[in-house]
Amino acid sequence: MSEWFPSASPESLAARAELLRVLRRFFVDRGVLEVDTPLLSQGTIPDAGIDAFRLPGEADEPDRYLQTSPESAMKRLLAAGAGDIFQICKAFRQGEAGRHHNPEFTLLEWYRVGSDHAALMREVAELLGIVLKSDGWQIWPYRALFIELLGVDPLDEQTSLTGLTDLAQSRIGVLPESLDRDAVLDLLMSHCIEPEISDWGMVFVTDFPLSQAAMARCIPMGDVDVAARFECYLNGKELANGYWEQIDPDALAAQLHAENTRRQQRGLPLRPIDGRLLAAHRHGLPECAGVALGVDRLLALKLGVEGVAETISFGWDRA
Amino acid sequence: MIAFLLSGSSTMPNFSTNEFKPGLKVMLDGDPCSILENEFVKPGKGQAFNRVKLRNLKSGRVWERTFKSGDTLEGADVMDVDLEYSYTDGEFWHFMDPSTYEQFGADRDAVGEAEKWLKEQERYEITLYNGTPLAVIPPNFIELEITETDPGLKGDTAQGGSKPATLSTGAVVRVPLFITEGEVIRVDTRTGEYVSRASKS
Repeated sequence: MSEWFPSASPESLAARAELLRVLRRFFVDRGVLEVDTPLLSQGTIPDAGIDAFRLPGEADEPDRYLQTSPESAMKRLLAAGAGDIFQICKAFRQGEAGRHHNPEFTLLEWYRVGSDHAALMREVAELLGIVLKSDGWQIWPYRALFIELLGVDPLDEQTSLTGLTDLAQSRIGVLPESLDRDAVLDLLMSHCIEPEISDWGMVFVTDFPLSQAAMARCIPMGDVDVAARFECYLNGKELANGYWEQIDPDALAAQLHAENTRRQQRGLPLRPIDGRLLAAHRHGLPECAGVALGVDRLLALKLGVEGVAETISFGWDRA
Repeated sequence: MIAFLLSGSSTMPNFSTNEFKPGLKVMLDGDPCSILENEFVKPGKGQAFNRVKLRNLKSGRVWERTFKSGDTLEGADVMDVDLEYSYTDGEFWHFMDPSTYEQFGADRDAVGEAEKWLKEQERYEITLYNGTPLAVIPPNFIELEITETDPGLKGDTAQGGSKPATLSTGAVVRVPLFITEGEVIRVDTRTGEYVSRASKS
């Protein structure tokens, strides 16, 4: 097929338009305000697993980054008193090209003031139930999922990196060299757990290791502290990532610096810490929970197509 | 970051995981491999990996390997060329580039299963690795003379039984009963099955 031709069929484009209408109606009906924040910002996030596109500034202009998600800007709105808000926008992540990834993709992100991650999971399940006409969902703590499917406790200090690496090696084969603990856990998740839960329907994985907290707050869970974060999986495909948001500015600053440290360890360029986000937190972020959901993947699931390119007018190779 | 860079004497370029397209030839564990599939995986907010399936061009085995996204492999000096079969001296099977007359000797490992389909002046696809034949792929269809088979029975038609026939290359295929010694037949080299009598040339 020629390069100028769309990667999505006319039916798929129509389904996209309909999906966007359904999503907007869902939030408007619930009194959630639609917002629109800048795609190009002076700040970005230091998340070690995410690589932002950087646009060098001309002359005296500062560098700008294409947003990897609208999180920072939406939190600044929350701190300014916006209340419940949602946004459907483009987000950009360098290098993330594959069957289930497009470096430019569509995100639905929303925040609920006064909610925690448990309440937000219910709302995600309701929304997905409407879109996919499905019902039923289950919650699995990260720890329980690893114990159930792999027989290993990822949060137990007795579980060594060597032990995890040996397990991954026996399941997956030859591994890349010098993986840190989280990288090995990520491999076990993507190679061993995701295929196992592919016929479990809608699964919320919660209570992540603190090292994978990103901007979630830390909560006690039995004998250990965990991140109040969830990932929503549908048919074994990750669809949404949510937090009971960290609102303590000092804790957030520490988490962001920890991400930069991780970047350094992995040999990645450091990212500036977004001072405006921290200032908004110091002013006061209300108690809230927020979630980002991949719209292209949701559409791919709804249409039953294999790759996200079939849901996007012009996928990465043709854009 | 470049954990998989293998040092080699050649000056092949390195390829990053995002350049791993099907058909790309790379070096892995010292063997030339052809990329079959490359899947980008990235759990949650975690680290990105590429799950790659490769065919080891020496052993023919399919390997599955996981790389960190951004890791690189050295390109393999592998190319496919069309060469004409000349002769064998028992140790090597000699092929010739019909435009340059350059000769290439393939050993038994490289010739493998293709040996029974080798006919002089016929063209074969040869995979060259550092200039040496690594694999020989016969054309899908080849016309060969029958050197030995039981006499055909008069009155037999296309339907019905079959019998073994030895071809000029030594290959044995099953042919319909009406086919006789000295005839030239068309054979599918992928299945080793008789297709038809050869078209009159």
